[in-house]
Amino acid sequence: MKSWQYQKDISGCGLSGIINKNGERIKGDSIICSIACQHDRGNGLGGGFAAYGIYPDFKDHYALHIMADNLDALHAAEGFLNQTVSIVHQEKIPTRPNKYITDPPILRRYFIEPVKEGDRICRWPGLSDDDYIVRVVMNVNRDIKGAYIFSSGKNMGAFKGVGFPEDIADFYRLDEYAGYIWTAHNRFPTNTPGWWGGAHPFTILDWSIVHNGEISSYGINKRYLEMFGYLCTLLTDTEVVAYLLDLLIRKHGLPIELACKVFAPPFWQEIDRMDKESKRLFTAIRMVYGSGLLNGPFAILFAYNGGLVGLNDRVKLRPLVAAVKGDTVYMASEESAIRAICPDPEKVWAPKAGEPVIVTMNKGASTTKKQARLSPACAGA
Amino acid sequence: MLHQPITKNYHDFIIERDPEKCIQCQVCVRQCSYGAHIYNEKDERVTEDETRCVGCHRCEALCPTGALTIRRNPSEFRENALWAPQFIKNIYKQADTGGILLTGMGNPYPYPVYWDRMVLDASQVTNPSIDPLREPMELRTWLGSKPDAIEVEMKKGKPKLTTNFSPQLQVNYPILFSAMSYGSINLNVHVGLARAAEELGILYNTGEGGLHQSLYKYGKNTIVQCASGRFGVDSKYLNAGVAIEIKIGQGAKPGIGGHLPGEKIGKEISITRMIPEGSDAISPAPHHDIYSIEDLRQLIYALKEATDYEKPVFVKIAAVHNSAAIASGIARAGADVIAIDGFRGGTGAAPTMIRDNVGIPIELALASVDERLRQEGIRNRVSLLAAGGIRCSADVVKAIALGADAVYIGTAALIAVGCTVCQRCYTGKCPWGIATNDPYLAKRINPDIAHRRLANLVRAWGHEIQEMLGGMGLNAIESLRGNREKLRGVGLNEVELNILGIKHAGA
Repeated sequence: MKSWQYQKDISGCGLSGIINKNGERIKGDSIICSIACQHDRGNGLGGGFAAYGIYPDFKDHYALHIMADNLDALHAAEGFLNQTVSIVHQEKIPTRPNKYITDPPILRRYFIEPVKEGDRICRWPGLSDDDYIVRVVMNVNRDIKGAYIFSSGKNMGAFKGVGFPEDIADFYRLDEYAGYIWTAHNRFPTNTPGWWGGAHPFTILDWSIVHNGEISSYGINKRYLEMFGYLCTLLTDTEVVAYLLDLLIRKHGLPIELACKVFAPPFWQEIDRMDKESKRLFTAIRMVYGSGLLNGPFAILFAYNGGLVGLNDRVKLRPLVAAVKGDTVYMASEESAIRAICPDPEKVWAPKAGEPVIVTMNKGASTTKKQARLSPACAGA
Repeated sequence: MLHQPITKNYHDFIIERDPEKCIQCQVCVRQCSYGAHIYNEKDERVTEDETRCVGCHRCEALCPTGALTIRRNPSEFRENALWAPQFIKNIYKQADTGGILLTGMGNPYPYPVYWDRMVLDASQVTNPSIDPLREPMELRTWLGSKPDAIEVEMKKGKPKLTTNFSPQLQVNYPILFSAMSYGSINLNVHVGLARAAEELGILYNTGEGGLHQSLYKYGKNTIVQCASGRFGVDSKYLNAGVAIEIKIGQGAKPGIGGHLPGEKIGKEISITRMIPEGSDAISPAPHHDIYSIEDLRQLIYALKEATDYEKPVFVKIAAVHNSAAIASGIARAGADVIAIDGFRGGTGAAPTMIRDNVGIPIELALASVDERLRQEGIRNRVSLLAAGGIRCSADVVKAIALGADAVYIGTAALIAVGCTVCQRCYTGKCPWGIATNDPYLAKRINPDIAHRRLANLVRAWGHEIQEMLGGMGLNAIESLRGNREKLRGVGLNEVELNILGIKHAGA
């Protein structure tokens, strides 16, 4: 299939995210409660979570989560991994039966270290470790039919599938994990039967993204990314955001706030009023990164090992609310989803169109600390 | 009739004059520069010589009593699917004269018009359409070579841009006026184009006829052209505009040069073109200092040197079979903007055989050039202009969705000032006063009115583009550029869909 023949999937959705800036790890119950509160924003065709700090024993290894339609696909993917990286540890992703989760794919995770240059199995010499892993992910997702790497960062993982998020969480036993950042997604796809790979979050390396909206600029965002070797294979518009983050922040070295300004740039009428320096900067951003502008309605949460960011499109066509209590910051589609797990926040606000909420870890934050004590989780939970 | 040459019998048009309405005022006689209307002093009646009529409809438009109707001559040859009338008539003409057939404007034949086989998307439910009357809807476009990435350094907690850019041109609409030389059209039209470009914040192109002294003041909205004849080119000229365009080819006549006959080189044109009065202005088919891509690179950098690297250099080529590879070479040779002119692009004069048979449709050329530049990872290094047969704002939107940064309009601009596309530009007798330098005819174009009508046209298209963008849920033109998801083919085969890089409607 030619790349332009891929069909993008469009959906409405609910989001939730939590971060503890000190790196104290929060048990999965909280995020599950928060996203379950927004049950009606989805239709049972997709739910998912990303969690950071969940693999302290393997925190320096890339954790690859693979879903495979059948054993042949799994073996093909494993065969490819064996030829390109060294697997330190592998296991089934633990699950428990849930009556609403039917026909799950085969789910496994692999903790790997990329090969050193000169190794016999080094397929692409000259690449950085991160670039090497990106290449592995792109190759598996494009070439191995029925197998997808849906998570590939260090000390983090994505868990997703077809079902309501609370059922997906139960299926993946997320109540047993603890992380210092969590994001969650409840999906309402409109045009295709949901499939496991199409659920959010979308990830590449430790970037994870959950998204509510439709990226009307998808056609050009995708073609722009192809110029830099990113292949959009997961049939959904959200995928482009993950790859754009990787390109703009990791590869091009843009600060996060400027990457956000690529996604939701100021209007020309605002730029025209800026001081000379800012005018030059934002004109340059719009000239060079016009193909990375995310046009259309969106609210996104994206996370990485160092923080959590919330962002709306530049005319705010999707809801996003943020709240703070102590060192914990909450963001969600609805305020109720925050109050469900934090009834007494110090500050609650609705971020303005195109203005990112950037939360970074405190200096000296240690993610090995004991778990944070949040306010009582869901009243009914 | 018996002894009339055969060509005279098979004229294209008939002139119907309603005797009830005609008041013998002779307006038609004065308006027709081809002499199709004749005043017979003896009878005190206006009559006609229909063999001279070119179908420009000037007399019809100006007749104060509405007495005139110009129609296709209903007299028909015996029907023959192979020997269509134009082939028969052309043979008569050439058997008479032994000459090359000449024509004007763009290819009129019913080749597929791909614009008409592509439809646009609109938002429903999952994303809201945006109302341009209520919300910002941005058409601002920057032309020029862009770097792959920008670099910033943090200064006092604020990011500061450290990347230096090559020259960039800001246009308020993704629409520029295409190259039409002073000589092929007259100064009044040029003044109209220049003033409209200034008012709109866009650019017009001098064509290869040099820049008239009185137009230097519109430099901020001028692209000066450097073509194979180098007419009117000196360092003052090169520095007069904001960009320089090297014209390699033209959609109407790929592979062919130009010829402005000596009788048209009057005083003003002679000064502007920097050639003696009355001498033929011959543009060679190739640039004789460009026999390959490395020579083009030299010219690009010679022009950049001559202008202190302050002006982007455009390279214009005709859309031909290998456009994609050629464009890639041009991008690598240092051009800032590549203009691709499809085979429907107009001309003041071209051999009929060339106009009607050489070159390819702009839609296909544009799609393959954009795709090739992306495959090679160099799309951002150049801006792409699509030209040749852009008829309406929907064509502009489709061109941008296929991958153009902006479009050139030539024929559409002339139509805005009164052209009826009669295709006789090469005669120099344009009764509408456009493609002529005869002062009697040229004064039929009022520069103020031309300016107003051109500005109206582009502004109207701008509004329509905003409506279409908003309907698609986009509020900036850059989100449309190359966004082929917004296009679907109707009635196209798989090969065509593949080249255009679009899905079929329903898919």
